[in-house]
Amino acid sequence: MMSAPFHLAGERLLLDPSGALFWPARHLLVVSDLHLEKGSHFASRGRFVPPYDTRETLARLAPLMRRYSPERVVFLGDSFHDGDGAARMHAADRATLMHLLGNRHVTWVLGNHDPVGPDGLPGEVSLEFRDGPLVFRHEGLPGRDSGFELSGHFHPKASLPTRCGPVTRPCFLADARRVLLPAFGAFTGGLEISAQPIAALFPRGGRAFLLGRDRLHSAPVAPMRHLAAANRMTDAPLQTI
Amino acid sequence: MLEAAEAGQSALLIAPTGGGKTLAGFLPSLIQLHRQRMEGLHTVYVSPLKALAVDIARNLTTPAEEMGLDIRIETRTGDTPANRRARQRQNPPHILLTTPESLTLLLSLPDAAEMFGSLRCVVIDEIHAMAGTKRGDQLALCLSRLSTLAPGMRRVGLSATVAHPRALAAWCARDADPDSVKLVRVTGGEAPDLSVMLPEGRLPWGGHMGLASMPEVYERLKEAGVTIVFVNTRAQAELCFQALWRLNDDNLPIALHHGSLTIEQRRRVEAAMAAGKLRAVVATASLDLGIDWGAVDQVIQVGAPKGVARLLQRVGRANHRMDEPSRAILVPANRFEVIECQAAIEAVDAGEVDGEPPRPGGLDVLAQHILAMACHAPFLPDELFAEVTSAAPYAALSRQDFDDTLRFVEDGGYALSGYERFRRLFRDYEGRVHVRGPQVARQLRMNLGTIVDLPLLKVKLRGGPVLGEVEEYFISTLEPGDNFIFSGQVLRYERLEPTAAIVTRGGEGEPRVPAYGGSRMPLTTHLARRVREILSNPRRWRGLPDTVREWLAMQRHRSEMPPLDGLLIEVFPRGPRWFMVAYCFEGRLAHQTLGMLVTKRMERLGLAPMGFLGTDYVLATWSAFQPTDPAALFEEDLLGEELEEWIAESSMLRRTFRNIATIAGLLEKNHPGQEKSGRQMTMSADLIYDVLRKHEPDHILLRATRAEAAGGLTDVARIGALLARARGTIRVRQLDGVSPLAVPALIEEGREWVSGNAEDALLAEAVALVEEATHGEDHFSGDLGLEAISGPPPAPREAWPRRQRFARRARAG
Repeated sequence: MMSAPFHLAGERLLLDPSGALFWPARHLLVVSDLHLEKGSHFASRGRFVPPYDTRETLARLAPLMRRYSPERVVFLGDSFHDGDGAARMHAADRATLMHLLGNRHVTWVLGNHDPVGPDGLPGEVSLEFRDGPLVFRHEGLPGRDSGFELSGHFHPKASLPTRCGPVTRPCFLADARRVLLPAFGAFTGGLEISAQPIAALFPRGGRAFLLGRDRLHSAPVAPMRHLAAANRMTDAPLQTI
Repeated sequence: MLEAAEAGQSALLIAPTGGGKTLAGFLPSLIQLHRQRMEGLHTVYVSPLKALAVDIARNLTTPAEEMGLDIRIETRTGDTPANRRARQRQNPPHILLTTPESLTLLLSLPDAAEMFGSLRCVVIDEIHAMAGTKRGDQLALCLSRLSTLAPGMRRVGLSATVAHPRALAAWCARDADPDSVKLVRVTGGEAPDLSVMLPEGRLPWGGHMGLASMPEVYERLKEAGVTIVFVNTRAQAELCFQALWRLNDDNLPIALHHGSLTIEQRRRVEAAMAAGKLRAVVATASLDLGIDWGAVDQVIQVGAPKGVARLLQRVGRANHRMDEPSRAILVPANRFEVIECQAAIEAVDAGEVDGEPPRPGGLDVLAQHILAMACHAPFLPDELFAEVTSAAPYAALSRQDFDDTLRFVEDGGYALSGYERFRRLFRDYEGRVHVRGPQVARQLRMNLGTIVDLPLLKVKLRGGPVLGEVEEYFISTLEPGDNFIFSGQVLRYERLEPTAAIVTRGGEGEPRVPAYGGSRMPLTTHLARRVREILSNPRRWRGLPDTVREWLAMQRHRSEMPPLDGLLIEVFPRGPRWFMVAYCFEGRLAHQTLGMLVTKRMERLGLAPMGFLGTDYVLATWSAFQPTDPAALFEEDLLGEELEEWIAESSMLRRTFRNIATIAGLLEKNHPGQEKSGRQMTMSADLIYDVLRKHEPDHILLRATRAEAAGGLTDVARIGALLARARGTIRVRQLDGVSPLAVPALIEEGREWVSGNAEDALLAEAVALVEEATHGEDHFSGDLGLEAISGPPPAPREAWPRRQRFARRARAG
């Protein structure tokens, strides 16, 4: 696994091919949009998708904890698919999560899917978390008021043309002002970065880092002002599985 | 037929198209209704096509009225207005004409027992087109339920000529016993008059479109009254239609008909055809079945027919009278297809028909049926199991599979507990299974049916009507301003809206043609064998045109002919690559699977394969190093580990899983115009597949997926047969260059790249290219003029490019 360094506000950040971001100076790990218990949410509506999504997402989180040994973990919102998600968790999954979090500082940034903090799990709850020059929020603020920002919410994905046709992957999208993180959950789909809400965050384009098997594949993104201005073409994909 | 009716026996009528089959099916019912007045439903007619049901209703009402019969004949389809539906349930007609989907819906209603209790007869039309498909599975389960509700009911199946009449009789039978069904075969009628037509001048080496022959086709249109020009794919239909239209100096009324056009448009074409207002229709399989137009004078098949049964079906569309031969002209698109056309004509003359016997029923369809039956009324699992296994497709269903499917319907049936509290079904103290609430029935109705569309996008004229639908994937490959051919015209792609691609008419530059996945039928085993026979025996080349004979003679001189039972493999260098061409003749699907397997093995042997191609006739691979022992690549153990591994990863299995998960009700069906787009569903079916495969590989849905992939797609069996046949008889020719027979394959489109880890390698390569082109600089704010990712159209140029150039020069200096 090769992570890619990226500088934001003079801070060196590591983008991990799993979709997580690590800030070495603060020993801080960020993951976004886990959507835990999405499976059971669907089951409660009569669609019995497999109940293993939480298990799978946690299994992806475990090696990150080993590799980076973070002192603080920031969940960037939509950590659970709905407000009751934490309560529905299987006992075994809950134990796994507790073990992963251990004695670390935990910050649950709130998202639209989880407007309240998770029931019975350790950590502080916040709408917006700040550390040094960086601000962590669920949905990025377009324009110049955002500060140097890490955000999630949109589940960005991008297609890179190759000689055998386009290959689509979830991706980080970054410019000098912000980093947009991909969704980390096992049952999370994606939104093309050319979609209006993402384009609005990156009117001047930027650089996309597509998640690969053990490295990131990065490519420049042309300015998207015209897309940001276009009519809203697609609703955010967050309601669908 | 009447005899069987008097005896109350079920019957299967097998007759060539145009024998008045449908009327024969109905006659006993009309007679009974005439002799003895009754209230309630007497006969149900099921057709695969809505339009056919409507047409039959019209054709039946007139004679019934003339005969003075006081009977009510009505249709029930998805288009039936709500008030008529309600009336039909309270006061059913004597004869109801419907489709499998509407029948399932009726049977899921609480009052189905009252509605169908009086039923005496069910007539199933075009049964050959349904048996062995998922719609057929659904219909077979419905027939079993009808037999439970109306024990005296008999079944009448109507079929075109098929290769497996007994299997079809079993399908028709009440207890899957073919002997309980009276088999009525109508043979004879005039043998069809088939001929081959070649283009003036050069016969193309490759390609499947047949455009070179359009001038000759046009001449034939002018000579005949009404012609159907059948083609094999929708893309081909668009191109042939364009070509004919360009030649159309006489302004003949010619129309286009294929499955991606809007229903209204197709109905308009059909109506114009029926009214005699058209001289020709260019059509795909969308017109294989359907209403009888009477006055079709000739059928022209452009491109090889791919199967004998299919050819007969199409030929039968011309001249629906028994006493005159149907006239059809075959127009091969390339040299190989000439031989295939010849083989097809010989097979027709010999009275042979091809086709596979119906495969076993799918568990996904069973899941949907179980839910529908629970919505109708509580049931005992033992009784439902007995009813289900009386249907031929499910006769061999194990109790374990039934119980697991039932559990899946109840709460997902996962090994990990947790969903019990969300269950859709519950059991009472007697063990009866009930649905938990009305929302379950609502969900069933949303999901009913077994046809899962690929993610489609509407094509809409700006400020005008919807023209039809194309695969979303095709649109995603277009840039605004690109041209493509659709609905018989050149369109310019303007922009994407949530549910439609907006286009305008006209445009400049070479237009593209939408490709449609899975629309090409592979060559049947039977026809493939006949092609091999002709190739391997020079005495049988006599009937072939000169160009083709010379081509084959050249092959014999430069290499050798593929043997009837062995396998010929040619290896030759070309540019920096080594090509290997295997003459397997097992059809495109089989060759594609085989290509994946063989290249995987080549990779392991260090031959560095770069790509492969499967046509209907050959498998071609290319690699960096010379395959010195090709026979080792085709050993029978190829079907072991490599197949297993490849199948689990393949997009084919993912597609199969998506369909199964949708039919079984795990995923919501795609409803056009809804906010959720098809691509998201594709994406998520993949996510579910990956997670489920990792955590519960033996779940019923994965079992169903594997069964369908292995059994339903006969290509794996065909590969097995090929490898067995080839054992010890592989002929290898190391040549200096390409052989005449290999040329058509090498100019074929649709090459596959070796994937696996390749996708990541491709990404890395693309990234390296971009970096090379940009000198590795990060440009966060400049337009690189390089279409970077996700294809936004180039932004208006500002002052940036100049500065960039300056910066680059500065660095270089």
